[in-house]
Formats: sequence, structure tokens, C-alpha cells
Amino acid sequence: MPDRLIYYIPLALFCVLSIYLGIGLTLDPKALPSMLDGKPVPAFKLPPVKNRDNRGFSNTDLIGTVSLVNIFGSWCAACRIEHPFLMELATEKKIIIHGIDWREENPNAGGNWLKRYGDPYSLVGDDPYSKAAIAFGVTGAPETFLVDKKGIVRYKHTGPLNRKIWTNLLSPMIEKLQIRKGS
Amino acid sequence: MPRIFFVIVSSISIVTSALAVDPNEILKNPDLEARARAISKGLRCVVCQNQSIDDSDASLARDLRILVRKRLSAGDTNKQVLDYVVSRYGDFVLLKPPVKLETLVLWFSPFIIIIIGLTAGIIFFRRQRYNLKSASLSPALNNQEREKLNNMLED
Amino acid sequence: MIAELGHFTLILALSVALIQAFFPLLGAQKGNNVWISLAPPAAIFQFLLVSISFACLTQLYITSDFSVVNVAKNSNTAIPMIYKVSGVWGNHEGSLLLWVLILSIFGSAVAYFGNNLPPDFRARVLSVQSMIAIGFYTFILFTSNPFERIIPPPINGRDLNPLLQDPGLAFHPPMLYLGYVGFSMAFSFAIAALIEGRVDAAWARWVRPWTLAAWLFLTGGIALGSWWAYYELGWGGWWYWDPVENASFMPWLAGTALLHSATVVEKRDSLKGWTVLLAIITFSLSLLGTFLVRSGVLTSVHTFATDPTRGVFILGLLIFVIGGSLVLFAWRGPKLINTGFFQPISREGALLFNNLGMITATAAVLLGTLYPLFLDATGGGKISVGPPFFNAVFIPIMVPITIAMAVGPFLNWKRADLIPAFSRLKFALTLALIMTALTWVWQKNGPMAATLGMGLAVWLGIGTLSELATKLHLFRSPIGAWYRIKRLPRHKWGMSLGHLGFAIAIAGMAGAGGWTKESIQVMQPGETVTVAGYDFRFIGANHIRGPNYTSVAGKFIITQEEKLITTLVAEKRTYLVTDTLTTEAAIHTMLSGDLYAVIGDSEGKTGAFVTRLYFNPLVVWMWIGTLVMVFGALISLTDQRYRIGAPKRGRKVTVITAQ
Repeated sequence: MPDRLIYYIPLALFCVLSIYLGIGLTLDPKALPSMLDGKPVPAFKLPPVKNRDNRGFSNTDLIGTVSLVNIFGSWCAACRIEHPFLMELATEKKIIIHGIDWREENPNAGGNWLKRYGDPYSLVGDDPYSKAAIAFGVTGAPETFLVDKKGIVRYKHTGPLNRKIWTNLLSPMIEKLQIRKGS
Repeated sequence: MPRIFFVIVSSISIVTSALAVDPNEILKNPDLEARARAISKGLRCVVCQNQSIDDSDASLARDLRILVRKRLSAGDTNKQVLDYVVSRYGDFVLLKPPVKLETLVLWFSPFIIIIIGLTAGIIFFRRQRYNLKSASLSPALNNQEREKLNNMLED
Repeated sequence: MIAELGHFTLILALSVALIQAFFPLLGAQKGNNVWISLAPPAAIFQFLLVSISFACLTQLYITSDFSVVNVAKNSNTAIPMIYKVSGVWGNHEGSLLLWVLILSIFGSAVAYFGNNLPPDFRARVLSVQSMIAIGFYTFILFTSNPFERIIPPPINGRDLNPLLQDPGLAFHPPMLYLGYVGFSMAFSFAIAALIEGRVDAAWARWVRPWTLAAWLFLTGGIALGSWWAYYELGWGGWWYWDPVENASFMPWLAGTALLHSATVVEKRDSLKGWTVLLAIITFSLSLLGTFLVRSGVLTSVHTFATDPTRGVFILGLLIFVIGGSLVLFAWRGPKLINTGFFQPISREGALLFNNLGMITATAAVLLGTLYPLFLDATGGGKISVGPPFFNAVFIPIMVPITIAMAVGPFLNWKRADLIPAFSRLKFALTLALIMTALTWVWQKNGPMAATLGMGLAVWLGIGTLSELATKLHLFRSPIGAWYRIKRLPRHKWGMSLGHLGFAIAIAGMAGAGGWTKESIQVMQPGETVTVAGYDFRFIGANHIRGPNYTSVAGKFIITQEEKLITTLVAEKRTYLVTDTLTTEAAIHTMLSGDLYAVIGDSEGKTGAFVTRLYFNPLVVWMWIGTLVMVFGALISLTDQRYRIGAPKRGRKVTVITAQ
């Protein structure tokens, strides 16, 4: 009898394979999980964006309040899509948003872009050579990190933020983080 | 929404050609440069489709190449450089997956397949001999006749 | 009108396929000769219909009819005619139409040439072919219709991807598909044999020419793709172990195994179940490749625009075709009883050894390609499996195969002795050792694998030639050699040339993979850079205009010890419609290696440019080796005994009944 069973092995292997292929269809091979979840934000110190302010942005600025860190760039088309929503968030004053202006080839571009489309950010750092971006493990813009009061990264969102993601996901998380005393 | 995002991103870093490593990136010290090239060849460009940062002209790939070179110049070992990049992007960036629990099957499967194949071969030859014996007992054809017939049938 | 005609004929083809899939099969089961005789005309009719449909799409491309979405997305009035035509298959929908066209060509070939096949067997084969075709017709008609209209039509098209506007890539897909789809013949023959419950020497001879033809095209297609990557992508690489490349390489490996095991079925009436399984696996891997490329489950350098519904559809098709055939195999496979007998050390044993190696290699490539998916699906995280993994695993598998390839042909059928075989290989061994030593001295800092590769190439090349010489008694009695050369069966030549070509290709891969010399710099006009003893003098760059691109063309004069070697013009093109850059490397090919120049961005205002200069040793040997392999397969195809349909089922049947 085991003789005949040998002939079923290819079929069995194929069944396993097709289950995986089926699951594979539901996955996005390019979506990378963040390596930073639950870890402190990496150390970085970025110079200010030209034509905006003179303060700059560093990791120590993230201690004390719950905040969002948003990676953007004037060259990034998806950031344009996201931008109006960030402006709404800023006027609603539900959370502090910091920005990392990533990979501007022209040093004036980032500042001008913010002047033109509005500036939702509290602090913005200029990162033309991906120093902070690589430290954060950024793969594309826009990306947004939720950082708690202790400066621990709690969540990473890849792609443009919008109202739906905010109400379903981010807002509840932020409320929890803000209630938690001292943490 | 993410889908749109990726369409846009990938349209920025279209797979072309072109010149990945730029002359002004190249380190003066040839040993360090050779190490940098070797490391870059093993690191996957995270914004590209499926290329190493050494082959890619995407800007993030370029920045990673520069980072690798800076760290090497600062005295990092190859392992320290790789560990840093992995700590930021995960094992995904390594084109040669590290040998660990999750990848044991991947790394050892060729051996397993060879062993299965050899075993199957041994069983095949044993069974063949057994079949021959039982066939030679059957009255229709004895071993010699069978041999003869086989030889006749060969062109 | 033309688009509607194309669409309509495709629907008609589907209906014919439905008839062809059902009635001949039923007729063969019930012994209804009328239904059996339906198969060949149906297959030819199907071919005619698909040809019309394909001609319609081609006509739409030639006339730049942008009211058709597919044309508007993938063509433009400005591109040269050849790329308007090749644009037909340079996209997902059109390439599927090419796929079914080729499928129908093979089907009608069986119908037309297969007169000597038993009618019921041929009916079954054509019916299985038609089932595959039904899957693809419905796939095209429901998810990927190339004839869809757009209102209002755009004024101009969005252009063919500039990377595809290249002669190498124009012919790469058709060759590849001839290979992929060609393996459907072996598959259909295997399924028909399973339905009949009979596999014999005649079956093996029928399968062989189709498998060989498919193998030939696939070999050519892979080489063409590799060649294209080499000159177009601009850094001298020719194989990246990308999922798409692996998708074409896996059927090649399995198909190679099939060619070898079919010989054992023919000669020894053994390995029947295994060979049938290989035929199923080979075509299944072709289908799996289609899934991987078009569903978006893996990230690859060159994928089609992906769409989840298409992925689901192809997966369904895979489950139907592969799953169905494996169910049939599990059910009917045990009926295929081996009657032959051979020793482990024998020609058959060597062929089996080839199978072991090829299947291990296939499995390793398959696992490497899919492992990121497996791990992600089980929540194990994201990993990448790239060239370093494949090289580390694949090369060690190929080494013993290559060593055995020289020995195998010396072994007698049924039972053999290794010692005389090795004694005839003394010469090859000596030369191989000398070669390895010389290479080692010459390239001390190069990779070990490349040094070893040169030794292996010599071992296999000289070993194959020695075997040929032995067969022809070239040294023992040279006088009659010419006569014996003519008498030597063609399939024997095919084998020797196939192995020889492989040896030559190994030398090329070793050279190109191991000892490439590279130099990257900014060059002022008039400056000279020396790479591997060749002086590249940069003359300067100027702008030129092509039909649908502008280009920066950099000129180099290459000399060696003051002697002029050649002039190279490397281009960097900007395709205007899509604003995409491509590099056109300038290559001068020599037997010792390729001089390879690429031009990049301009630096400053003095006319300086970034340049990349290479010396890629022995690259041309890869292409020569491939050509020799393809030529060997062609010679083998012309062998009398494998002439399509020529062998008749006869005497072997009496053996079976005699038991």
C-alpha cells in the first residue's frame, strides 16, 4: 500500500504550495515592518529648513509629549495628497506634528513648499542626505511615526495619512498614550 | 491608498540602467572601497524592485552607499556596518539571508532534497532487482530470454 | 471594426476549444471514431482563429489605433515600426495573446504532422491541449482583454516602455513563450498517457522532439534575455537571480531532466512514472512562472502591471491544471510498470544522476524564489533571497553534475564499469588540472569558483570531445573517420554538442563572473584611463536625436600598446514621451573578453563626463556555448528516429502482452 501512496506526494506538495500562493496574494511584498516599534527614536540632530526658522529638530525634542514625526519632501507627489489632511490635523490641535524634510536637492525647496501649501509642523529638520531617514528605517515618503512621551516609537504608518486611518487607528492609540500618566 | 503610494514611489525610482556608484562617492583607500563595494552588493535597495544598492541609482540607495563608506572610514568592521543597516531595515535588506531558525529550511533544503533523492534511488534499484527476481520466476520469459529480447529491441 | 473582429475570433476560438476539449476525449474513451476525428481539424481551426485575432491586434498597433486601450497604453506614433510590432507582446494582455497563439501553433502542428500517432491517442493529446487553451482564453477574455476600447481616444499613445525598445527584447518574449508553451506538448502527451495507462518506448520517442524543441527555444530565450540585460542595464551583469529569471530557469532545469529521463524510458522501458511526472512538473513550472510574474506576489525587476483579480484567476488556473494532472498522476501513475533493468553504474544510471542533480537545482531555485513568500505568509517576517544565496547553493550542485556529464557518455547501457571510462578521460583530467593550475597562477586574487569553473569547462569540453573521438575511432583508424562521422546518429551529435556547448558556456560564466575589471571616474575629453591593459581615451560627448529620444553619445578610442583596437560610442538616451533614461553600453567583443563602456552624467562645463569602463573576460563564450547547445538540439531534432510521428508503436506491445 505505501507503494501507491508515493504517487500522492507530488499532489500533497502542490496543495501546500497553492495554499501559500493563495496567502501570498493577500500580502504586499513591499510593505516592510518597522524595526523601531517599541524602541526609542534613534538619535538625530537636523539643521533647520531654510526660509522657515532657525531651530532645527533633534530626537531630544520628542521627550515630554506624544507626537507625530512625518517624513516628507517637496519632490514627493504622495505628500501633496497627504498634506491637506495634515493641515486639518494641525488646526484641530489634537497632536503635535514634527516634520523631517527629506532629500531636497535644492535647499530652498522645502521651505518654499511649506510656504506655498501651508505649514502643519511644529519643528522641521532638513535631511538632504537621509541621515535621520535611514536611522528611522524610512523606505519612502510620506511615512509617519507615532512617538510617545518617553520618546518611544509606538507605530509607523507607510503612505499618506487620511481621516480614515486617523479615526480608526491613530486617534485611539494617541488617546491611550496621552492618558497613561508619566509615560 | 498604500497602493497609489507605491505606484508613485516606484515611478520615481524606475528601474533603469544608469550609473549606480558615482565617482565622488569612491573612497581614496582602495581596501576600504573594495570592502564598501562588497558590502553594497549584499544590501538590497529598499525602494527599488529587486536590486542591490550597488546596482541601483535610486537616491536612497546612494545615501546608503555613502553611509556604508562613512562607517567603514570611521573604523567599523563589515559586520558592524551590516548590523547597523539591519537594525534599521530588518533582515529584508540582506540579499544573503542570515542562517537562523526561520531560514534553516531554506539553507538546508538542498541537502535534504539530495538525501531524499539518493534514498529514492536506492529504493528504486532494490525494487528493480526484486522485480527482476520475481519476473524471472514467472514462466513466460526467463532472464535470458528477457535479455535477448531487450537486445533485439535495441536499435 | 478590427478590434471587434479580433475580439470576436478569440471568442470563437474559445468555443472551438470547448468542443475540442470535450468530444475527442469522450470519443477516445467510448471508441467513437467520428468524435475522435474531430480533434485535428478543430486544432487547425483554432489556430486559424487565434492567428486572425493576433493579426488584428498587430494591425491595431501598426496603424496606431489609440481608440484601443492596450495600444494607447503601450505604443506611440513616434516609435519605429519594429517596436510598434513588438509592442504587441510587450504588455500583459498582448503577451497572453501571443501565448495562446503559440499554444495553437503547437496544437495544429500535432494535428498536421501527427498522422502516425494512434488516432485515439492524438485525440486525447489535442483535447488536453485544448483544456489548457480554454483556461487562457477565459483568462484573456475576462480579465485581460487586449481589444478593449477607450472613449474618447487619446491623441497619442503613452509609449512602449523604453527598455523594451530594443532588438534583443523584441524577440526575447516570443522565444521564451515558444519554450514555455512548447513544454505543454510534453505535458499533454503525459496526461494522454496517464489516461491510457500506458507509457512505452514509442511514447518516449513521440515526446522527445516536442520537448527538445521547447528546450531549444527556452535556451535561446533565456540567453537572449541574459544578453539583453548584459548590454542594456549598463553594469555588465547578465544574471541576477531575479524571480522572473528564475521563473524561466526552473522549467529549463526540469526540462533538461525530462530530456534525459525520456531516453531511459525509450531505451530501457524504465523510469516511466518519474518521466511522466517530470513532464507534468516542467510545464507546471512554466505556469507557475506566469503566476509569479503577473500576480505581484513577488517583487522583481521586471514585472507586468499587476492586478489582484488576475492573480486569483491564474491561481485558479494553476490549481485546475497542475492539481488536476497530479490527481490523475496519483490515480493512474501506479499503472505504469517498469519492465527494464539497469545497474546503478550504467548509462541509465548516469542519466538518473543528471535527474537527481537537476531536480535538486530546480528545488533549490524554487525554494529560494518562494521562501520570502513562505516566511511572510507564516508571519516569520520579511527577508530577501538574492544572488549571494543562489550562487552559494547552486554552484555546489552543478559541480558534481558537470563532472558526471563527462563520464556518463562513456558508460555502456544497462551495466558499465567506471574504470575504463575514467582511463579514457585521463587526457581530459590532465588538461583540466593544468588549466586550473594556470588559472590559479594567473588570477590569484580571483574567486575560487571561477578558477574551478575553468577547470570544469576543460574537463567537460575535452571529455566530450574524447568520447566523440572514441565513438568515431578518430585515432585508431582515422581513414574511415569521415564515413563514421556521417554514419553517427544525429541524436548522438546532439548530445555531444549539447554537452560541449555547456562546457563552453561554463568558461564564459567563470570569466564574466570572476575576473571583471571595472573603473569608475570622471573623464575630461582627451583623458585616458587604462583598464586591464586597454587604454580607453575619452574623445568627448555630443548630443544626437533619435526618432523618439535624444541622446548623449560619448566616444572612446581604445588602444593597446599604441595599437588601435576599436572605437566605442556609448549612449545615454532620454525617451521623450515618458521622460525615461536608458543606457546603451558600447561593447567591443573579443574572444578574450568584452571592452565595455558606459557614459553617465556630465560634470562641470568642460565637457567632462562620468564614465564606467569595464573589461569583462570571456563573456562571448557564454553566447557561443548557448549557440552550440541550441545547434546541437537542432541537429538532434532532424534525427530520423525522432521525426515527429515517425516512430510507430509496434513491437514493444508484444513484449507487454508476452508477460
